[in-house]
This record gives sequence, C-alpha cells and structure tokens, in this order.
Amino acid sequence: MNFEWLGRQFDNIVFLLGWHVLLAVTPLILGLLIALPLGWWAHRSRRIYPLLVGVAGLLYTVPSLALFVLLPLVLGTKILDPLNIVAALTVYTVALLVRVVADALDSVPEDTVQAAKAMGYRGYQSLVKVELPVGVPVICAGLRVAAVSNVSLVSVAALLGIPQLGSLFTQGFQLRFYTPIIAGIVLCVVLAMILDGLIILLNRWLTPWTPKVVAS
Amino acid sequence: MIKFENVTKAYPDGTVAVDGLNLEAPTGKLTILVGPSGCGKTTSLRMINRLIEPTSGTIYLDDQPTSGMDAALLRRRIGYVIQHAGLFPHKTIVDNVSTMPVLLGESRQKARTKALELMERVGLPASFAKRYPWQLSGGQQQRVGVARALASDPAFMLMDEPFSAVDPVVRGQLQEEFLRLQREIGKTIIMVTHDIDEALKLGDQVAVMRVGGKLAQMASPSELLTSPADEFVADFVGRDRGYRSLGFTKTAGTVAIGEEAVVQLGASADEARAKASGAWVLVVDGGRKPLGWAQPELLNGEVKRENLNLSGIPAAASGTMRQLLDAALSSPSRRGVVVNEHGELIGTVTATDVVKAIEAEPHLETAR
Repeated sequence: MNFEWLGRQFDNIVFLLGWHVLLAVTPLILGLLIALPLGWWAHRSRRIYPLLVGVAGLLYTVPSLALFVLLPLVLGTKILDPLNIVAALTVYTVALLVRVVADALDSVPEDTVQAAKAMGYRGYQSLVKVELPVGVPVICAGLRVAAVSNVSLVSVAALLGIPQLGSLFTQGFQLRFYTPIIAGIVLCVVLAMILDGLIILLNRWLTPWTPKVVAS
Repeated sequence: MIKFENVTKAYPDGTVAVDGLNLEAPTGKLTILVGPSGCGKTTSLRMINRLIEPTSGTIYLDDQPTSGMDAALLRRRIGYVIQHAGLFPHKTIVDNVSTMPVLLGESRQKARTKALELMERVGLPASFAKRYPWQLSGGQQQRVGVARALASDPAFMLMDEPFSAVDPVVRGQLQEEFLRLQREIGKTIIMVTHDIDEALKLGDQVAVMRVGGKLAQMASPSELLTSPADEFVADFVGRDRGYRSLGFTKTAGTVAIGEEAVVQLGASADEARAKASGAWVLVVDGGRKPLGWAQPELLNGEVKRENLNLSGIPAAASGTMRQLLDAALSSPSRRGVVVNEHGELIGTVTATDVVKAIEAEPHLETAR
C-alpha cells in the first residue's frame, strides 16, 4: 500500500466516490418508483405476474457491459454519457424489484386486506394506507439486494471511462499498481455496507409495528 | 332492518352459493345465520356490504336497496367483525379502533378519544392503546375487532364467526360480554356461525341454512328446539333438545322453593348434625351466601372450608328451568340451591319439584 499516493490522490478519490454514490443511488430510487406500479399490476393479475416477473428475470441476465454499450443506440445519448449508466442500472433495479413489490403486496394477510375493504377503504386508499405500509419489510429486503448489486455494477462503467470507483481498478491494472485497486475495493465494500445499513434503518423507522426480533 | 329479497349468488362454474334467500333481520335485534359449511351463510353476509355482489335479487338496508349505493360509502355505515379480527398490523390499537371515524372525516384527535372510551367498553385497558396487534392475545385482538366495528356507531353490524378462533373459555367470556354490550347498544346485527350452541345462546332469531344456500328455518332459539321445521333442522340443532329448550323457559315462580336449614363456617359438628337433613347440610357465609355442602358424619370438630363439597351450581330464582334443574342434579344432596340477585340463599329445590312445574305448564312462557 502506498499511502503517500493515496494522500496525493485524496481529492480525486472523493470525486470518484461521489460519482459512484450518485450512479448507484439514483437508479435505486428511479427503479423503485417504476417497480411500484408494475409490481402492483403483477400482484393484481395472476396472468400478468408470470409475464412481468419472467421478463424482469430475463432483463437481469443481459450483461451489464452490453447494456451500457447498447443503451446509447436506444436513448440517442453519447456513449460516455453517465445517463446510460443510470438508465441501465434502473433497468436492473426494476428487474429485481417488480417481483419484490408484487411479493410484498402478496405478503399482506388476506384478513387485513378484507378488513380494509369492509371498513370502506377505496382501492387506492387501501393500497397506500394499508397494503404498501404492511409490505414495507419485504420491499426493504429487496431494496438491500438491489442497492448492493448497483454498487458493484457501477464499477463496470469504468471500462467506458465514466468516472467512479471502478476507475481506480482500470488505473491500477494499467499501471500494475495495487494501491488504487485495494482502495477501490475497500470503498466499494464500505459504500455497500453503508447503503445496506441506511435501508435497514429506514425499514426500522417505517415499521415500528413489527415484532422485535434481531434484524438479519 | 336488513332485508334479503330473493337473493341468489351463482358462480360462472354453475355452483349456487345462495339460492333465492328471503330473510329479514329486524332493527335492534341479533339475527344469526347458522348452517354446515357450504350453506352460503358467509356469502350471504358478504353480499350485505357488497364484498360479494349478488347475481340476482335485492338486499335492503332500512328499505333502501344497496345495489344503487356507492360500495365504499355503504361499507362505512356497517360495522364488520371477522374471525381472526383482521386488525391492521401496522397501526396501534387505538388507531385500529379509530379507523372508521377517521375515514368518515372525523379528526384523529377526536377519533382517538372516542376509541379509548370504546376500548374500555369492550374490556381493554387503556394501557393497550399504544400497543400493536401482535402484542395482544387472540381474545384481546377480537375485542379490538369489536371495538373497531363499533367506533363509528354504525346502525348495522355484520359479524363473521367472530368468536370461533379463540379457546372455549375465552369464547364463553366474549359471548357473555357481547350479549351484555348488545343489550346496551341494540344494534341491528347479522352474525354468521357454524356453532349451533353459539347461535342458540346469542341469537334473538336464528336462520338455519342448508347446503345449496337455502333457508331451512328462521325462528327464535326456543322455537328451533321445540318445533324444528324438518329433519335437517332437527338434526342440525342436535341432541338433548328437550333439556336444552328448558334453557329458554323462565322459572317465573312456578317451582316450589323449600326452606333449607343452614350452618355457618366454624359451626360445631353437633350443630351441623342437628341442622342436617339427610346426610348433608348447607354451609353459608355471614351474608347468607351459599358456600357448599358438608356431611356432618365426616366432620372432625368444626365446619371448615376443606370439608365442603363444591359440586352444586346455585341457580338464580329469576333464571331458567334448565338452571334450576341443573342446580338440583349437580348438588350432592340432590337439593338445588336457589339464590336471589345478590347471591343470597332463598331456599332449595329438588329435581322432582322442577319436573312437576314443567309438567304442570307444558306451554310455559319462553325466555325471549
């Protein structure tokens, strides 16, 4: 480890970290917003569920590098535009979360949904005030997977020259110099853990009503 | 009043859940739908608040057909209690109870104040207000379910097997408390159960339904026991009908109550022997409340608590023939203890006295 190099590169590494966070978190939020209505649709219709979940699964198998390269053709963006990364990772997040949202809504006890309806909640009121809040633990579990997956997928974008922590890997390989590689790995892991922890906290804050057991 | 007029529910696959049902649940009364599984009782209940839409026929709420109403607004006029309470797991108990008033536009503050009153009314301590449903037992959750249904003070209530998911002891308590509550609030209630004993115990009138969704008989509990319409009803109502029907026959002073000599706790064996009639003597406390029976022959010194036989069940003088007869049969001396409304001894009756009274008046006035 060359700490002197790290010291000199500090500003650059913080810049890369900032981009990494932006490129990982933006798609997470966008993906959730898109997955919510799609997941609700899959939950509502037994015929749509296998279709949507199947397509989502297929999307997830498209290699990320291929998607990064192909998206500019679809979106009309430049190959170096960070928007490509945001769009690609949004696709992956949606692919992961459609099933999660559908399963979260399915997890709400039938008695509870029935009671909401019988009390006179309209469909959207029941969704917003009962079903989604009760499905939060399942959604948060899915968000944790998507967050960690995004943090790791973003680094692939280094091959396209888009700045983020992955750039430290390419730099290290080119120079046969291990310090940036190790720094990149450590920061990726720490970032993933922090995002994971934040989602756990968010879940706890949103669900004071769950039985107090050790969060896994 | 809730009225079914020729209501049928048929599914596309041809199954008929409810077949031409005509039924009237009078205002302020508790009407029970009872029958074996597959008789369409729950389907009938759910058609009232349109959780299920009837295929044909009309259901009226106070003479207004429900079919033209906005379903959500209709449901907000009707309290609803289901088997496993169906509480909202993410809301505190007080917010669960406040659900309907808040939906109807009341302020949260006001709704909570009212919810706390209701919780007390159904026997839940105020300390439960901030708890979540998982922290309560099944019986407590069911009380919350009842409080939630009553919160908007609806004129109508629908109850779907409300007491069947709890153990028999708790069920008995909930039933008693519910009867007491209904006597105060007098809602128009339709309740579904598969338990004929529950139906006979709680119902002002009972509708027995048969498989295929047809009404077999609609009658008061005592009428069901004494004159079932057909073999199916007789069979469904079950055994011991004669004995059980006595549960609806008031004693109304027709049974001769005999004097009973008593001793108090701490009386000497000699006194007990002198007062005893046959092998047994009745022991009371200072306020003439019966404690149990003692056998003077077995006494060793004075009458102590551990000498008492507690098998007898005292009957209230204002009770039913069944309670009186049971008091006599359960007593070791075969003399049933009769008490007044304060639990103080009036006298004793024998099974012979009770049976004589029953035979003397074959058409005794029924309890309800």
